[in-house]
Amino acid sequence: MAEKLISKIPEGPLSEKWTKHKSQLRVVNPGNKRKIEIIVVGTGLGGASAAATLGQLGYKVKVFCISDSPRRAHSIAAQGGINAAKNYQSDNDSVYRLFYETIKGGDYRSREANVYRLAEVSGNIIDQCVAQGVPFAREYGGLLSNRSFGGAQVSRTFYARGQTGQQLLLGAYAAMNRQIAEGNVESFPRHEMLDVVLINGEAKGIIARNLVTGEIERFGAHAVVIATGGYGNTYFLSTNAMNSNGSAAWQCYKKGAYFANPCFAQIHPTCIPVHGDQQSKLTLMSESLRNDGRIWVPKKKEDVMRLRKKEVKPSQIPEEDRDYYLERRYPAFGNLVPRDVASRAAKERCDAGFGVNETGLAVFLDFSTAIKRLGEDKIRERYGNLFQMYQKITDTDPYKEPMMIYPAIHYTMGGLWVDYNLQTTVPGLYAIGEANFSDHGGNRLGASALMQGLADGYFILPYTIGDYLAGQFKYPVPDTNSPEFAEAENAVRAKIDKLMSIKGKHTVDEIHKKLGHIMWEYVGMARNEAGLKKAIEMIQELRKEFWSDVYVAGQKDNFNQELEKALRLADFLEIGELMARDALHRKESCGGHFREEMQTEDGETKRDDEHFMYVAAWEYKGDDKEPELHKEPLVYENIKIATRNYKD
Amino acid sequence: MDLTLKVWRQKNAKTKGKFETYKVKNISPDSSFLEMLDILNEQLIHKGMDPVAVDRGCESSGPVSFDHDCREGICGACSLYINGRAHGPDDEVTTCQLHMRKFKDGDTITIEPWRSNVFPVIKDLVVDRRAFDKIMQAGGYVSVNVGGVPDGNVIPISHETAEESMDAAACIGCGACVATCKNGSAMLFVAARVSSLALLPQGRVEAAKRAKAMVAKMDELGFGSCTNTRACEMECPKHVTISHIARLNREFISAKFKE
Repeated sequence: MAEKLISKIPEGPLSEKWTKHKSQLRVVNPGNKRKIEIIVVGTGLGGASAAATLGQLGYKVKVFCISDSPRRAHSIAAQGGINAAKNYQSDNDSVYRLFYETIKGGDYRSREANVYRLAEVSGNIIDQCVAQGVPFAREYGGLLSNRSFGGAQVSRTFYARGQTGQQLLLGAYAAMNRQIAEGNVESFPRHEMLDVVLINGEAKGIIARNLVTGEIERFGAHAVVIATGGYGNTYFLSTNAMNSNGSAAWQCYKKGAYFANPCFAQIHPTCIPVHGDQQSKLTLMSESLRNDGRIWVPKKKEDVMRLRKKEVKPSQIPEEDRDYYLERRYPAFGNLVPRDVASRAAKERCDAGFGVNETGLAVFLDFSTAIKRLGEDKIRERYGNLFQMYQKITDTDPYKEPMMIYPAIHYTMGGLWVDYNLQTTVPGLYAIGEANFSDHGGNRLGASALMQGLADGYFILPYTIGDYLAGQFKYPVPDTNSPEFAEAENAVRAKIDKLMSIKGKHTVDEIHKKLGHIMWEYVGMARNEAGLKKAIEMIQELRKEFWSDVYVAGQKDNFNQELEKALRLADFLEIGELMARDALHRKESCGGHFREEMQTEDGETKRDDEHFMYVAAWEYKGDDKEPELHKEPLVYENIKIATRNYKD
Repeated sequence: MDLTLKVWRQKNAKTKGKFETYKVKNISPDSSFLEMLDILNEQLIHKGMDPVAVDRGCESSGPVSFDHDCREGICGACSLYINGRAHGPDDEVTTCQLHMRKFKDGDTITIEPWRSNVFPVIKDLVVDRRAFDKIMQAGGYVSVNVGGVPDGNVIPISHETAEESMDAAACIGCGACVATCKNGSAMLFVAARVSSLALLPQGRVEAAKRAKAMVAKMDELGFGSCTNTRACEMECPKHVTISHIARLNREFISAKFKE
């Protein structure tokens, strides 16, 4: 079989690749664009911006989301900001520096050309959002304000209080609404894609379930764009929204699209700790807080014990008895080390017995130094909504006592494998934003998810998809009465009927929680060979239990949230296994993937560039067969490979 | 905590609904309100597994449907009327941010969907808010294309103006303002978008036209009129104030003068 992993990275110097590539891409003339239909699944930053732009170009777009409104996609919850190499602060930022820091932050496991392009278009995103009326924070002179984020040595993060994702999404949603008003985009809220339909090996439509009526519907198009985010909810508890899921991408995988680097999951260091077994999800406290917050645990075990028994307040622990462990271990970056580094450091302290709450799984994020320096009002202006959120959840006032935080699953760097055009290994099937794997390597830097979602949707996909569509306008919109559609619909119906008929003893959530425990324990912050092997077996067992003993309440032919959850869990139970398999095969530590067998003397990640400097792309071979691993070598022509160093 | 819940159950938009009473036990005061409903649902599902209960025709013994997603107060999906208040008995929170410590052991809690004719019930506590999308599609945007825009720093915007615009832009489109308004008006929702954009030079260009178009759509969809009762502002989880309604009115009148 011909090798499908052709990255299509253009020849030539790094800084000229994208420009040159664009000039060589085919375009569709305006008259023909009207004849072409595109399906966009998902309405977060990637999906909404892509739908808006494709609509503006004159294509006929159908856009789908599972929520009651496109504006509710989980991009809305991104707090801290969006990176762009504007160099407005004159702190010597540049496209190259953003590129370099992103590659380094990703621990040298992302593609040079993709990341450079991302940095290159980052400035356009800010201009676009300003033009749409996004109320970014401004300095007193009226110019745009910046803050710093982890892994960066300059201040390049643009923000709108702690609601940057919300404001950017409302901008993209508004741009899409304008296209809806003009008749170029049609919106299908409360619709869930349950399969992608291939005709002659190319993506030509989807099968979706109308979540209100339960009807199974067919939609045909010349191309399909997957913008459905990540699979972090495999872990049950994560900072992802409750309905975020990996199913759309997973159906693509099962139809032949390769799935890349599934084991690269980001664990965010600053989340509100788990309070008990009634918990349904975890809440993030923005990384921007690390601009002014200092992370610490007590130096003395007796202080830890007194804190746990609530005999003493954290603010009463004297300065000299506090261990600001990030500042101690990483003097050059201090509290602003990348997320994976900060998370592991918190785990290390808690494992050593210094966790500060009853469960022993929490560290402090303290603002007292900043409040002394800047005053409470300034801190309120910067982070007011986050402090309010924290106070409402924990009943503790973070202006007076430090926040308690602990790492939690937040983002998945892995995803559908795509080439430089953002096309998967299935022609006509594209993946953008978190749903693809392309830009963040082993670890994503803070404020880069928003950047990637909008870069893909506004400035990259609308160009690259034209190259495919230029060969498509002569064909009519695929007939949804074709046998391929019928077959896909029947398979979906059979799956739903099977789920409804099991009538077992366990609820969907009970099984999902079990999966979450396995994933967090063995495929979480620290992984090892024995644990991963065990995890694979346990997940396989659990999957059997699910298919023989789950109970899905309600009916299939009306609004049924239990059925929605069951369909998603069926896929999480497969995604989890692939994550474990990928983690097992990658016998190195890099970014968020920490193999205990591979660490330096002081507990840092130890890469194995000789054997693992590649993208692991998995090919589905059938339900009972092991997936096949394909490797896309990573070539670094412009960056000197080095050990990641945030110490000096 | 042990609680009695009176929950609105309704099969779909076409059928009549009614309250059902349920009991939940051992709820942690640190749990969120929606986590409490999760526990209720697990309980109801387990009950439904009992064939006797199913045979008795316990259609409403299935889990309670309710909209929710981010569970951190930003997506705007959750939408419950709790003890007669939109988003329940706490200020400036959405239902998902409401915690059980706001209730007492032994309390009876009444849970209803949003009350509005324009938001018909889909099932139980889930309502259809597509009307909000339609209002936004009528003009809640700046008519710029992707690409060809000036540098973000070309037009300075004062710090105060950007902050005020952000105050309005904080609206999450949950619909609490409509649900709580005795007239069922969507003025606060419309005003939030109109005001946020009108304050900024980028949105200023179409401000009057936008106000007119969005208000016209609001009226067409059957939302009520604003009589300045300020209930919306009281219940808005994001503290969007009625000063933005004043700005909307200004834009609306200016559009009328231009005619």
